[in-house]
Amino acid sequence: MDFWTLANALATGLLTGLVYGLSALGLSVIFGVIRIVNFAHGEIMVMGMFFALIMFRWLGLDPLLSIPLAAAILFVFGYFLQSTVISRVAHLPDHMQFLLLAALAVMIVNACLLIFGPDPQAINISYSFDSFDIGENLIIDKSRAYAAIAAVAISGLLLGFFKYSRTGKAIRACADNYLGAQVVGLKVSHLYALTFGIGAAVLGAAGCVLLLLIEVHPYLAPGYTLLAFVIVIIGGLGSMTGALVGGILIGMSEALAAIIFQPSMKSAFSFGLLILVLLLRPQGLMGKSVK
Amino acid sequence: MMGLNLLADLTLRGRICLLIFLAILISLPFWSSSYIISVTTITLYLAILGQSWNLMLGFAGLLSLGHALFVGVSAYMAAYLFSVLGLPPVIGIFPAVALAVLIGMLIGYLGFRFSIGGVYFALLTIAFAELVRIMVDHMGLIGGTEGLFLQVTEADRQGFDLINLRGHPWMFYYLAMLLAFLTLAGCRTLLKSKLGYYWQAIRDDQDAAQALGINVFRYKMYAVMYSSGIAGVAGVFYAFYQNSLFPESVFGIERSIEISLGPIVGGVGSLFGPVLGAFILTPLGEGLTEFTDYLQSSGLIDPKLKLNGLKLLIWGLVVALIVLFKPAGIWPWLNEKLGFSRKEGE
Repeated sequence: MDFWTLANALATGLLTGLVYGLSALGLSVIFGVIRIVNFAHGEIMVMGMFFALIMFRWLGLDPLLSIPLAAAILFVFGYFLQSTVISRVAHLPDHMQFLLLAALAVMIVNACLLIFGPDPQAINISYSFDSFDIGENLIIDKSRAYAAIAAVAISGLLLGFFKYSRTGKAIRACADNYLGAQVVGLKVSHLYALTFGIGAAVLGAAGCVLLLLIEVHPYLAPGYTLLAFVIVIIGGLGSMTGALVGGILIGMSEALAAIIFQPSMKSAFSFGLLILVLLLRPQGLMGKSVK
Repeated sequence: MMGLNLLADLTLRGRICLLIFLAILISLPFWSSSYIISVTTITLYLAILGQSWNLMLGFAGLLSLGHALFVGVSAYMAAYLFSVLGLPPVIGIFPAVALAVLIGMLIGYLGFRFSIGGVYFALLTIAFAELVRIMVDHMGLIGGTEGLFLQVTEADRQGFDLINLRGHPWMFYYLAMLLAFLTLAGCRTLLKSKLGYYWQAIRDDQDAAQALGINVFRYKMYAVMYSSGIAGVAGVFYAFYQNSLFPESVFGIERSIEISLGPIVGGVGSLFGPVLGAFILTPLGEGLTEFTDYLQSSGLIDPKLKLNGLKLLIWGLVVALIVLFKPAGIWPWLNEKLGFSRKEGE
């Protein structure tokens, strides 16, 4: 294996990792504030992918242009999901919340199956087969580059929202101190619903972006749920920068595993990394230790 | 004798219902179809696994979402020993279950030594299950993605060979029933033993249990060992009942979720909950398949429509409704309404 094979793999891994990071951000935001592990994570993202697919088929819309609408629709979906269903299980033990979300995941997968069928479906856009050639040997797919740029832009927007906006600060206040937030008059249930909505909107955007890179089918979802778990635990559950760092790490480790071993071994690598992180630094690379 | 203890928990009404239930189960093959027998065999198998899973979460407070791992390694081990070395499962079950328990001990040791709790422990179990699934995918020795198959002849299917576990569906049916009963009685004995009370103390408040001098690490390890051991026994049964093993269908996360569903729906921490959960969910799934088939064959729904997802869609909805409206599980609620048992778990 020569240097350029490695460099190409790492570049591809980095760009894919940025998209993974965006998707994991959706999981991280929800867990960080509401303390719910969203077992329907990949499924909600696949909803976003199918939405982008429909928009492409009907209107010929580039998936990147579908992002605002996909995000808006899934925001509403997430908001109502939290305020009407998930808030009702907030007081139940972990395994009941897990079961509810797993049941929701099963429902989403099978609804998609009923509507779209089991076959993988891809889109074909004008730049699907184009690439940027940097120098002589470094070749980067155009669609992957655009996907990564979109992922970085949306992640930046989200980090900015949580850091600077009043609503963002209020949500962080709920995460830091539930009781305190209530005492100063924040409407916590509304902010929680807002958070779930934002998390789902991020997944909608991530789904649109991901459609540039892979084919979509309903059974894609559970794999992405697991992948997002791996990423946020490596990065630190609840840490937003951690999710991005974890995404890049996993993207690159997958790319390396694929060229050193075989492509089908790549997730074994990720799970191995996950076990190591859980044992050595259970709060994750960027997470704060909670005791 | 363990069985008699089980009866002691029940009120008269509970005992009568249990006897009726047992009578139906035992006589089932004589008056029902082979389809019903196979569904009930799988139901009993899931009841055993539900009991094993419940032992960890319901008794000791340890959430496992990778339980298919214990079933799978044991199934593969016993099947490999039988198909390659010709070792009958009566002997093969020992190394198979030992492997399941060893892996349980490894996960437990890592999890508890590094004090990984709650959600993180659950994710650790998923990670191990997925890791092993991918490893088995790549192990040509045991079939890899192509699967591992056990030879079965038409003569085998008529026989009654318990040593080699080759036989008529009735044999597997009664074997599953016996195992389910032994697991239920065994779990009851464990729950009422000193060990069981230590587990419940740890489940309810680990710090307080430790302060009282309970060796938390050791007893949590025991919980994982018993649980993975029962899952291992079920795994051997599964291998010889199915005669084919594929990494995805044995170790997949769907399998682990399936195992956990019965006890959660039936009632976590109760003895009859996992059994009831299995007897609700498996027939529900099968019934929904029949129902969608009926809708199409009777022309109420266009037969050309593909209804692949409809069954699981409704199934997911039912599970979600149970979580929302009966979060403690069906058994505690049913028990309160009908008074089957003296206060359970106290």
